[in-house]
Amino acid sequence: MLVFLLRRLMQACFVMIIISVISFAIQGKLGDPVQQMVGMSASPAERAQLREELGLNDSFISQYWRFAKNVVHGDLGMSYYYKEPALDVILKKLPATLELAFCAIILVILVATPCGVIAAIRPRHLFSRFLMILSSIGLSVPVFIVAIFLVYLFSVKLNMAPSFGRGQTTEVLGLWNSGLFNKDGLSHLILPSLTLTIALMPVFVRLIRAEMMEVLQSEYIRFAWSKGLSAPRIYFLHALKNTMLPIITVGGIQAGTLIAYTILTETIFQWPGMGFLFMDAVSRVDTPLISAYLIVVGGLFVITNTLVDLIYGLVNPTVRLASHGL
Amino acid sequence: MKIKAILFVFLALTLWNPATGTTLKMAFDADPVSLDPHEQLSEGTLQFSHLAFDPLLRWKQDGHFEPRLATHWQQIDSLTMRFFLRNDVKFHTGNALTAEDVVYTIRRLKNSPDFRAMFDAIKSVSIIDSTTIDVHSTYPNPLLLNIMTYVFPMDEAFYQGNDQIIKYGDTFASRNVSGTGPFIVTTRELGSQMVLDRNPNYWDKKSKGNVDKVVITPIRSDSTRLAALLSGDVDFIFPISPIDIAQAKKAQGIQVVTLASGRILLLHMNQKRRKELQDIRVRKAINLAINQKLIVEKILKGYATPAEQLSPDNFLGHISDLKPEYDLAKALQLMKDAGYEKGFRISMMAPNNRYMNDEKVAQAIAAMLAKIHIKVELKTLPKAQYFKEFDDRSADIMMLGWQSDTEDSNNLFEFIIACPNPKTGLGAYNASEYCNPSIDSDIHQANREMNPEKRIRLMQQIERTLHNDAPIVPLFWQSLTWAAKDKVHIKDIVNAQNYPYLGDIVIAN
Repeated sequence: MLVFLLRRLMQACFVMIIISVISFAIQGKLGDPVQQMVGMSASPAERAQLREELGLNDSFISQYWRFAKNVVHGDLGMSYYYKEPALDVILKKLPATLELAFCAIILVILVATPCGVIAAIRPRHLFSRFLMILSSIGLSVPVFIVAIFLVYLFSVKLNMAPSFGRGQTTEVLGLWNSGLFNKDGLSHLILPSLTLTIALMPVFVRLIRAEMMEVLQSEYIRFAWSKGLSAPRIYFLHALKNTMLPIITVGGIQAGTLIAYTILTETIFQWPGMGFLFMDAVSRVDTPLISAYLIVVGGLFVITNTLVDLIYGLVNPTVRLASHGL
Repeated sequence: MKIKAILFVFLALTLWNPATGTTLKMAFDADPVSLDPHEQLSEGTLQFSHLAFDPLLRWKQDGHFEPRLATHWQQIDSLTMRFFLRNDVKFHTGNALTAEDVVYTIRRLKNSPDFRAMFDAIKSVSIIDSTTIDVHSTYPNPLLLNIMTYVFPMDEAFYQGNDQIIKYGDTFASRNVSGTGPFIVTTRELGSQMVLDRNPNYWDKKSKGNVDKVVITPIRSDSTRLAALLSGDVDFIFPISPIDIAQAKKAQGIQVVTLASGRILLLHMNQKRRKELQDIRVRKAINLAINQKLIVEKILKGYATPAEQLSPDNFLGHISDLKPEYDLAKALQLMKDAGYEKGFRISMMAPNNRYMNDEKVAQAIAAMLAKIHIKVELKTLPKAQYFKEFDDRSADIMMLGWQSDTEDSNNLFEFIIACPNPKTGLGAYNASEYCNPSIDSDIHQANREMNPEKRIRLMQQIERTLHNDAPIVPLFWQSLTWAAKDKVHIKDIVNAQNYPYLGDIVIAN
């Protein structure tokens, strides 16, 4: 276990170095931050001076070295726009994104699992066919169209849910501002989390269905039937548990997709989270913030995947981490 | 019994809440980058300045000036203008506004990287008494009053010693504010929300404005902004995309207000990069082949005015007989005369998120030029990258939008078509690299000419030369478009400068 974690840590460091190089290298390609900072009528001399002050005239290597040295010290640079350390800005927005992702994941688990199981048990049933058609549609319709449709239907036409923002938040244990504990905050969560759910769910419904159908053919299930166990016990305890392995793997990978979708969802719903922050930073060419975001997201990704590998071992003890060369 | 009485009083107090005032929820496409009114010369900053500060004088919808913190002004001699200030104005801190605050503010403006260029025209300011100042110009300046609309007096006692201006720097002034304006900033969450409360001691008691609280949310995406209005989450939005206007007008309880503005969109044809463009016949042909009317009608749904010159019709340089011309046959003939019957390839760049429908306009132009056999290689870029390319003059044809800071034609000429001169900053956005010394001397004269008649003649002469030489292609003046709930009376408080005077806004009950 310890060896595994150490090895993982080394891999993570390597990955993070690569991410830092990439996120730094793209900075110069995103546009000119100076252009965004001054008004149209500022003179070229004013701009040149500002460029010098920001250290944008130094060579790439020396800029990167300065950047990397600071990153190791936990300093990801100052955001031009927020005038605060970039990491602080991102961490302030992190709870909003995590809450959104959390709600979406809960919804996916609650809806996708029974749907997948039902579709596997009764593949010919009308409801199962309907589910499959629905999931193909869900897979093929882009997430922003889903979002716009939901806004049009539920906020503009039916006036049931607010169309943008996070609404009222309450402070929880002095740690973060949460929208989960009051009515206004929850009502603002409905549409964005629904959008994310619709984007993520089809994959899981299909995956659970396919895995489940395979497991249902296996020896031990037949044995369980002949032993006279009750149907729910077979389906939901014995069979479902063994379909979990691939689902956890895919789930880990989908964490990346989830982050990509939060960028889209947050932009459309003006959700004040990390994704929205990132899009904003790109349009303002707030390069320190962009790099910091990429590094934080890279870190999150590495952590989730390590966790997934650990859970793997817990769910299926026959998987020995070390023997898998992980 | 006592407890009951207390409970009753408490209950009565909670139910009878006099503070429940009128709240205005606004969604703009951008928010000010800083609370410092002198950090960036941008629309967002100026909109904010009109909330937390007051100018000495401001524009009215009809293009005239309206006295604000200055009650009146008078010309003393050709270089001196005297301003008389109100004596009943207090800053948010409670300090009284005096002549010293105004002098302090103008001095600070002269040190601001963004405002410096404009305020170079003012040499110094002297105090006559506590409510009177003399503004001394560097040269006889017909536009002094236009420039003075940018003077929003700041509280000297509050800022003094803590007032450095650093672009995107964490300065005192970028986070703290004390102005005289109708609203006081209470909370600000950068990039997501700003809340302002009515200034209870506001000097303008005649203002009909009845809004007690303003909540401003920047919403960047057009469709989200409109959805927020249609679903009732906000009361007032800017801008509304021309494509959505028809839908919004159909919605119940929603009004759309549009105003023509002086924001000109144009194309620069770079004569240094391409020898073909040095031929006036080719430039004329391109001008004739582009159908401004069709672009306005189809892409901007009529929410713009087709242009054949830079000055809109409320500017002094405007020539009313210059109308957009579209004549394909003549254009083809000119191309033939110039020896380019088979046409040529040309590169073009345009932004895709800066001006209204900029990308579509650029595509339409490429298609129109194809008809005179000019094959356009079009590249559209996000504004962050576009303006770097623009500065490098990276393409043969480049798109530019401009709004005159001074509401005067000369500002357009100075930046867009004067001979490029890095020293003086003239022609900073002249991507045609067109240089005509006679225009430069006319610009110089018009800057100092105090006789309005002569000034008009000078600036019309520039427009006429431009029309004859055709170094650029003027496209259209974009309209400003706002939308709001019916009960919010926005019609009276919007203007062509796009600084909605929210202090005067009325919301019906």
